Amino acid sequence: MTALLEVRDLKVHFPIRNGWFGAPDMLKAVDGVSFDLVAGETLGIVGESGCGKSTLGRAILQLIPPTAGSIAWLGAPLAHDDAKAVRAARGQMQVVFQDPLASLDPRMTAGDIIAEPLRNFMPDLSAVDREARVADMMRAVGLLPTMINRYPHEFSGGQCQRIGIARAMILGPKLVICDEPVSALDVSVRAQVVNLLMELQRALGLSLIFISHDLAVVRHISHRVMVLYLGRVMELGARDALYATPRHPYTQALLAAVPVPDPEKERAKPRAILGGDPPSPLHPPSGCVFRTRCAHATSICADVVPPLESADARHDVACHHWRTIART
Amino acid sequence: MTERASFNLRSPQGGVLEAAADVSGRSLWQDARRRLFANRAAVASMIVLGLVALAAILVPPFLPWTYDQLDWDHVEAMPPSFELGHYFGTDTVGRDLLARTMFGGRISLLVGLLATAVALLLGVSIGAVAGFVGGKTDQLLMRFVDLMYAVPLTFFVIILMVLFGRNFVLMFLAIGCVEWLTMARIVRGQALALKQKEFIEAARAAGGSTFSIIARHIVPNILGVVVIYVTLTIPQVILLESFLSFLGLGVQEPMTSWGMLISEGAQEMEANPRTLVIPAAFLTVTLFCFNFLGDGLRDALDPKDR
Ligand code: SF4
Repeated sequence: MTALLEVRDLKVHFPIRNGWFGAPDMLKAVDGVSFDLVAGETLGIVGESGCGKSTLGRAILQLIPPTAGSIAWLGAPLAHDDAKAVRAARGQMQVVFQDPLASLDPRMTAGDIIAEPLRNFMPDLSAVDREARVADMMRAVGLLPTMINRYPHEFSGGQCQRIGIARAMILGPKLVICDEPVSALDVSVRAQVVNLLMELQRALGLSLIFISHDLAVVRHISHRVMVLYLGRVMELGARDALYATPRHPYTQALLAAVPVPDPEKERAKPRAILGGDPPSPLHPPSGCVFRTRCAHATSICADVVPPLESADARHDVACHHWRTIART
Repeated sequence: MTERASFNLRSPQGGVLEAAADVSGRSLWQDARRRLFANRAAVASMIVLGLVALAAILVPPFLPWTYDQLDWDHVEAMPPSFELGHYFGTDTVGRDLLARTMFGGRISLLVGLLATAVALLLGVSIGAVAGFVGGKTDQLLMRFVDLMYAVPLTFFVIILMVLFGRNFVLMFLAIGCVEWLTMARIVRGQALALKQKEFIEAARAAGGSTFSIIARHIVPNILGVVVIYVTLTIPQVILLESFLSFLGLGVQEPMTSWGMLISEGAQEMEANPRTLVIPAAFLTVTLFCFNFLGDGLRDALDPKDR
């Protein structure tokens, strides 16, 4: 199977000016990320806030110009300044945003919002056909077609996110990038929206990139999981392997921080300590970016950037000492 | 249409929904119209404005006197007299006040509407482009706006007069060319704020071109502010016109406008308050109506306002 999306060594750096003079500092939001995505697959991207996961999603969508690296969509290179290719790709690559209300125009009706991609990509579609497709789509995401004339503020958060999902799905895209789609929602609604995404994925055979800081949700929806830290890939592997035997100290720490429902087990659980906040991406540590918070760090970690190595087939890890670190 | 077929599989209570399914979509504009007509103050204002405008256009031909005709038998301010056909009386040189007020209304409304229309068109389009496109385009357009701000209005009008000769249509343009600057700044600020909103990013991800995003998302979202500013601009322009006319740069005697009638009336305030009160009443009612209409329009365009 050929890859739907190939990302190679993608970098997104933002110049941060401090003062009028002098070279700007570079904020390395995404720093050398590579991965492939095949059709029908869900890739979960996890990491703490500020690790560059949203920037990565936006760079793939060409909403932010990448600084370096390449993106290939359906085998063809996708460059930010190639307006034609970008537009064509956008017809097949859609996005669901984090804040359900902010991502909907307050002065558009639900029907108009969902129909917008149709207006852009199928301007010849008659109004009647367009409305029929919008109604079908609304039903598919669990909204009543009678709500077509309501405005976003008249919907609940979960319903707004369903509108956002309907807008993303109406063109029948090949890939939908979900940027923290459920983190702004109530816990009770979260599962419904995640399950809706999974159902739609199965029904339409699309790929998802699911960006979240919630490890439990990512585990539920993903086939493969990528762990990001300060814009770099720490670990990338099949879901079950990664959750069962995390190889990178950072992944181990993240998983250890997830509470276990059983208090006995929770108490007995070995703790990998993840203290403090991640360092500023403006001045990342040399060598391994995780070394300032890593319990296993040695002198080599400060000098040499650990390459992303294959630990198993389809399980990569970027750590000098992954072989010797005890599995938890 | 394979994907449509698969959607239908999932419709939860298909049968029940089919019956209710043919609800046709409405746009913001249709909703706005409905809300506007439900607003009594706005509807009353539209009616009054319509009547004033119609009167200004239609009444003068039916009056016994024209706006520039002197009543040689009564070359003085005269109280209203029905036998002579001076229904509002005459001004200090014996011209019929009703005819002059109606004629002045034509000029004032025309100046107000035309200049505001010019300001609206230029201000909204340039402001939206500057704010939304940003970068060099923004810098260039906004520095041009700064430059224009630095040119005094009277100076600008005098230059236009010299270049194109005396023509009061030109004055509309001159005023419009000055009023759009503030509008452009307001719109640019709004567009800058809107640009940060996620729904604009969503629109771009949905394949919208810059133009369609401006037309479909930016403009409807700044319209509320723009409408309010327009209702402030119309009175401002009407007053500005009387100032320019007073300097001899605008409308020339015997032509007149509400602003000129008011400034003439103000000089006669003690002897003949009528000459001040009548044109001032027309102007005030008109401006009030514009304000109520503006409020109504703003509310109508905001879906959150029920
Ligand atoms: S490379 Fe060193 S610092 Fe980085 S995660 Fe591995 S052990 Fe820790």
